[in-house]
Amino acid sequence: MKKKRSGVLRPEGPDKLRGLARYVDDLPFPGGLHGATLRSTVPRGRIRAIRFDPDFPWDECVTATAADIPGQNCVALIEEDQPLLADGEVRHAMEPIVLVAHAERHRVYEALGHIHVEYEPLEPVLSMEDALEAKVPVRAPDNVIKRISIDKGDVDGALAGADVVVEGEYRVPHQEQAYIENQGMTARFEEDGTLLVEGSLQCPYYVQKALVRAFALPKEKVRVVQATTGGGFGGKEEYPSMVAGHAALLARKAGRPVKIVYDRTEDMVATTKRHPARVRHRTGLTREGKLVAQDIDVLMDGGAYATLSPVVLSRGALHATGPYECPNVRVRACMVATNTPPNGAFRGFGAPQTLFAAELHWERIAGALKKDALRLRRLNLVREGSETATGQVLHESVGARDVLEAVVRRGRYSEKKREYARWNRSRRHPSWRGIGVSVCHHGAGFTGSGEAFLASRVALALTRKGEIRVLTSSTEIGQGTIAAFTGLAARTLGVPEEWVTIERADTGLVPDSGPTVASRTCMIVGGLVERAAQRLRERILESTGRMPSTRAEMVREARRLCGREPALRVEEQYTHPPEIRWDEETYRGDAYPVYGYGATVVDLEVDRTTFEVRVRRLTTAVDVGRALSPRLVEGQVMGGVTQALGYALLENADYHDGVMQNPQLTNYLIPTALDTPPLDVMIVQRPYSRGPLGAKGVGELPMDIPAPAVAAAVHDATGLLLTELPILPERILEAFSSDPAHRQR
Amino acid sequence: MRGAPETMRVLRPRSPAEAVRLYGRHPEALPLAGGTDVMVSWNAGLLNRRTVLDLSPLREWSRIRRTRAGLVVGALATHARIRDDARVRAAFPLLAEAASVIGAAAIQNRGTLGGNIANASPAGDSFPPLAVYEAVVHTISPDGERRSRFLNVFEGPKATALRPAELIAAVELPFLPKRPTRQIFRKIGTRAAQALSKTVAAGLLWLDGKGRVEELRFALGAMAPTVRRLRTAEAFLAGQRLTPATVDRAVELLGEDVAPIDDVRSTGAYRLAVSRALLGGFLRG
Repeated sequence: MKKKRSGVLRPEGPDKLRGLARYVDDLPFPGGLHGATLRSTVPRGRIRAIRFDPDFPWDECVTATAADIPGQNCVALIEEDQPLLADGEVRHAMEPIVLVAHAERHRVYEALGHIHVEYEPLEPVLSMEDALEAKVPVRAPDNVIKRISIDKGDVDGALAGADVVVEGEYRVPHQEQAYIENQGMTARFEEDGTLLVEGSLQCPYYVQKALVRAFALPKEKVRVVQATTGGGFGGKEEYPSMVAGHAALLARKAGRPVKIVYDRTEDMVATTKRHPARVRHRTGLTREGKLVAQDIDVLMDGGAYATLSPVVLSRGALHATGPYECPNVRVRACMVATNTPPNGAFRGFGAPQTLFAAELHWERIAGALKKDALRLRRLNLVREGSETATGQVLHESVGARDVLEAVVRRGRYSEKKREYARWNRSRRHPSWRGIGVSVCHHGAGFTGSGEAFLASRVALALTRKGEIRVLTSSTEIGQGTIAAFTGLAARTLGVPEEWVTIERADTGLVPDSGPTVASRTCMIVGGLVERAAQRLRERILESTGRMPSTRAEMVREARRLCGREPALRVEEQYTHPPEIRWDEETYRGDAYPVYGYGATVVDLEVDRTTFEVRVRRLTTAVDVGRALSPRLVEGQVMGGVTQALGYALLENADYHDGVMQNPQLTNYLIPTALDTPPLDVMIVQRPYSRGPLGAKGVGELPMDIPAPAVAAAVHDATGLLLTELPILPERILEAFSSDPAHRQR
Repeated sequence: MRGAPETMRVLRPRSPAEAVRLYGRHPEALPLAGGTDVMVSWNAGLLNRRTVLDLSPLREWSRIRRTRAGLVVGALATHARIRDDARVRAAFPLLAEAASVIGAAAIQNRGTLGGNIANASPAGDSFPPLAVYEAVVHTISPDGERRSRFLNVFEGPKATALRPAELIAAVELPFLPKRPTRQIFRKIGTRAAQALSKTVAAGLLWLDGKGRVEELRFALGAMAPTVRRLRTAEAFLAGQRLTPATVDRAVELLGEDVAPIDDVRSTGAYRLAVSRALLGGFLRG
């Protein structure tokens, strides 16, 4: 096997650094029109009329409404409830109604100002509590998009018999993905009638599926190409289907290429966010602190349409217990519909919401039992052989305890806890200091039988030029897909990385490897790349007896192996291990093939004058099986925990009348480099037998961990348990003001 | 981006005199100094078909001069220049500090003091220091030159008392008669960079030999439609000793001069509580 190289870490990196990479708005676009979207201004209503100002030169424009959609008016995903363009009724503000295209970009925005929609307003439902009450029905039959129940043992009996029962309620808000590049798509119809869309996206085959439905075209006539993509974080999992549909609709009508690129405000106000949630815990424990029952209620706000909400809820429910063993568990999870822009995929996908509650709840339990939260975790954490709430037995690669002990040691958790208690006694110090810990798990790959249904495919091709091409639909969205697959294929084949190239994600060229989501790219698709590489290696060895060691030798052998074909191709398809079983009806079985584990110690201080929180240091350990590239894993962890610090401390999406009031990066604050504390990352290797070279997923796990540790550290510092994110200085002040025990100021 | 440069007209004067002349002929033009606010409007398409008076190349207005009475900071001096200027740092450290926390490095490199004032944001970070240093704003128009007390330049959020075709040429900072006993600048933006202030404070305090307040100057931004001096608290403390009782009273009187509101960045209650804590902490020393 080849030794790990320390040279070029990211093959696509130099072009991005030099400004040569072409994002959607950089693509050549001769003869194209710019498209823009007219959106609803009311959260719910019937469209009475759409009027176009007679004075405006509409002959310069192309416009489209729902009536122009040749196929089904929907953005096909899990359900088909979301229209591509509102027709007759709007169910949330910022819902697309009319599309306009013009040769000049600024004119298309002017044109939007000359279209007027008259509504008959209907009473909206704007909060998840109101939706659950269902006094105003906004989605048949009961405003519920999805319910999930998980049952293990006898929760009521166990709660009745528990020494202590601790209750708590936790809340988390919307969160914006805030990828650097806004949503954008180009579309054109080629001479043979093929619809070609190219743009910023995570999942080319999702876009294809949606376009096939909306345009009533056969699959072969819809080609989807990923342009260089400036970040996704889940935000480009489903919404690109909408933008692509709009661009295609205008292109079809105009008979010319059309490009739609959102600006930041439109992107933030209209596209998906992380689901807000309310989570309630009722936990029974023995006097020593051993869990006997977890009764958990999860409520999430899906927004106006289903998007990916059912699966977000599923992942949220499956992570709701935290990584702990408990003999009796009941989870009741509910996703409701409100008249707000639909929420969707975002790194973590439901888990950060429920894990925030599960982890912070230990602070309450610790208070009730007068025991240290760290000791309580040690008593209950899963280990090899533990059984989860769904009855899954964790056979291997369970690093929960390792990651916790690693951060506790490196973050000097116990020493600092004592040191800060002394620091906080002095009124002369300008701050209170605190330390908090959390430990989380994250299921790698699709939930339940998802991977079996996806049946992902990848191919490897040895070309006549001796080049090895990896063909997958997994996208590079900044996280390192290209580097990971290049390294994996090269290592498995035993050839230099320079011989390997990754084909662009183009449905015309690559097989469907499933979407680039769910921490599955390395573990699932990477596993297929590894197997395909093994088979290709065998084919080469069969023919030559050994792997060619020079390029010239490789070219010679490649010509021989290819014969008359342009390339020798091997294809692999995912086969579900028969021993991994899942019952979608009862929610029993193996919810995920395996879990990653992560723990964080957060060391912070709270300013006594301004109540601002400054994170002094963040120490994180992750068990991602075997790290295929430790530096890529570190990068994922650093990015993920920083995004989670924003979730915990800054990001405050402010909604009124179902519309985000702060859709600008000046008012919706995400962390800057100066807000990012020193980040200490440790990788704990607990290889997973089915992962490629032992790897598990890594992408989402870091997003799950820090928020509850931040809240615990603020609790440690101030004595205030803030159970709602974000922990803004305004909220700390409010908590102090309403807590008479803390009126020492 | 909704800005369409081809629809805009850009006037490019080569000297201050030409700038004044051109502005006189095109009073509808939007003056561009560093452009850090202009670009936001440009991006939103709000400047399409408008005329822009590009002042940015006028080097005469970007200098910082020393006179016998003080420093004269050209309207086009960037925050970075002010931040780094040894004379500003020595005599007007609160202004240098403010310049170092406006936006972030890129904004400081482009943004100018004159542009900051003309934009008249209620949360302008340079304003509380300019208010306590009792700056004088030099303006020029085809009708001639004018000098205005800094606080009189503002009429409301985003509104100034500048007359049509009147440009800010410089900001004069009179030297303080003697070193203050205590001084403070503090910006509360919650994010460490690229933050708009929730509250921003500057204070100067002179105590006499007996510990009595000779003079207090304290100004707050983002707490009212425009930057405010705490005249009531300042007057109350003049001649007083700083005892727990007088400090508490001054902190209470803060509410006489500011009335912060709830908005998308913060709450009125938070702004008030933190501003009071800043003033109290400053007075207690």
